[in-house]
Amino acid sequence: MTPAPFAPLGTLPRETLARWLAQGRLGLRTGPFTFRIASKEAIVADNLRLLYAHHLVIDSPPFADFHVSLERPASPRRWLRPQVDFRLDGYSPFLSLPAPQAFALFEWGMNWCIASHAHQYLLLHAAVLARGDDAALLPAPPGAGKSTLCAYLAHRGWRLLSDELALIDPANGLVHGLARPVNLKNAAIDVIRDTLPEAVLNTPVPDTKKGTVAHLAPPASAVAEVDRPARLQWIVTPRYLAGSALHPARIPRPEAMAMLIDNAFNYDVLGATAFTALADLISRAPAIDLCYERFEEAREWFGALKA
Amino acid sequence: MKRDERPWTPAALAGLLRDPQQLAALDLPSWDMLIRLARRANVLGLLATTAERLPADALPPCCRPHIAAGRALAARQARAVRWEIECLRKALDTIGVPLVLLKGAAYLAADLPFARGRFFSDVDILVPRSRIDEVEAALMRHGWATTHHDAYDQRYYRQWMHELPPMRHMRRGTVVDVHHRILPLTARFDPDPVTMLEQAVPVPGLDGVFVLSPADMLLHSATHLYHEGELPHGFRDLLDLDGLFRHFGANDPDFLATLHTRADTLHLQAPLAFALHQCARLLETPGVSMNVGRTKAVADALYDHALRPLHPVLDSPGSGFARWLLYVRAHWLRMPPHLLAWHLGHKLVRRQGQESG
Repeated sequence: MTPAPFAPLGTLPRETLARWLAQGRLGLRTGPFTFRIASKEAIVADNLRLLYAHHLVIDSPPFADFHVSLERPASPRRWLRPQVDFRLDGYSPFLSLPAPQAFALFEWGMNWCIASHAHQYLLLHAAVLARGDDAALLPAPPGAGKSTLCAYLAHRGWRLLSDELALIDPANGLVHGLARPVNLKNAAIDVIRDTLPEAVLNTPVPDTKKGTVAHLAPPASAVAEVDRPARLQWIVTPRYLAGSALHPARIPRPEAMAMLIDNAFNYDVLGATAFTALADLISRAPAIDLCYERFEEAREWFGALKA
Repeated sequence: MKRDERPWTPAALAGLLRDPQQLAALDLPSWDMLIRLARRANVLGLLATTAERLPADALPPCCRPHIAAGRALAARQARAVRWEIECLRKALDTIGVPLVLLKGAAYLAADLPFARGRFFSDVDILVPRSRIDEVEAALMRHGWATTHHDAYDQRYYRQWMHELPPMRHMRRGTVVDVHHRILPLTARFDPDPVTMLEQAVPVPGLDGVFVLSPADMLLHSATHLYHEGELPHGFRDLLDLDGLFRHFGANDPDFLATLHTRADTLHLQAPLAFALHQCARLLETPGVSMNVGRTKAVADALYDHALRPLHPVLDSPGSGFARWLLYVRAHWLRMPPHLLAWHLGHKLVRRQGQESG
């Protein structure tokens, strides 16, 4: 028997999706990875329908890269204030979280699976956007406005590869995408709602360890092209600064190198391979610190970048 | 889709980890399960090392990235531990104490084939008990600091245990376990570490670095598995014993006889019998046989749950309870009843405090 082909998640009837999830049969494709997911949480099914509608899914794939589950731990609290655990093959890397945070936990759990296992890639904590086959790497500390600008540009001509994780193939320097939802926090949620009326956002979840979080669906076109890797041509660290004029400043190469090493999840694992890949990237791609206040100015500046 | 029906016994899994030809015959659902179990049992590096002996196209394309990731982790481990060994050697050299490696670091330094790609977290070393204070001071001068700051834990280690509280390097974050005996001071058995140190053998190519003699290396590994109460890596530790039996047995036809003689001298007959029995029973290790004439059914049933990968698909409703019984048994072997009651009581009170706090 040959397995059924992959189909977009949005084409599955609601009940089928719920059943596959409850029985641990759902195989979800995101970039180079297949996640097999088990969960009875309605909030997970609903958010998958909303935010992963264009991603490909399959019933019971013969091989999955990560077998994950979101389940309620067996403790007395399950009747009072229910909690959920994220597990990979039974192992839980995080503490339990309140059940309303199940989908956010699922997103963080997927990030953890990739960041702590996928050492076939050099893994950087950064957003990646592409124009054709040329990509910009956006590493930035939390709170700098990286995800907000990434969400905006992903709806204004740039192709979203990833909001959190850059997967760099050390053999050829190409960066691979995931086209997963963009994680927005606190004030950024309303900013994006106001700026991008067409954007698809889920219901914000308050009181998480990162404040109020919401997720934004990746544009359908980005999901359609998720398997098209790109070549990193620019490194831009965006910084939202209220009242600031647009101000790009070149980052000296040694500083840029140190920053990328700091942003790498597995620099120590890959050792010399990682050093060579980053040195090659730094010698090719200019690194620019970009202070911005207005999206429109930033978009024009990005549009003028030349490979 | 047909679910994978392969019986994932320890012996079947060990065969796959050892023999590339068996890997080449796997179908996709079996690969799926194998990678999950290997990750959970912390043996992905062993799997990757064996898989690398096959031509790349012998592996299904979706498995290759996982093998590459396992190789990267194994290479990183080997690099880091070699560096750590050199740092420890230099530190001990300042007080004229030779570096004697135990367990994972020893297998890696001696380049034992069965341990290529083996993951481990800490470096274990054995030093003379008479020099323990000097060793601790020398390591502190070279950047290692004690980890357990709780007064009870300090006393637990220093008064009762066979090792110092684990020492962590302040810059690298690496941990060294400094052993001065084979077993806790409170244990029923008291094997003599002095002759083990005397019979340690130099590692070719690594000046000033020693590992235990083959028989002692195996007895030490067996003693620890026999006395260990928490077995998060029980399957990997059993694989070590299997590998040691196979490797040294192949090099020396008299190895088993030497082993028994040495076990008699050190009063480690029980751990050796345990190692032989479990290896024969669970891994079908050639040349060794199960204990006969003694009823071990209960212990075997418990060890079934602890010496296989701790994965939900292999667990049954009794697995948690079986592992808890082994935890109690190990403490029973490690300390006399009044100390055991005191120690477990203390841990329980502290755990309750942490949960409510």
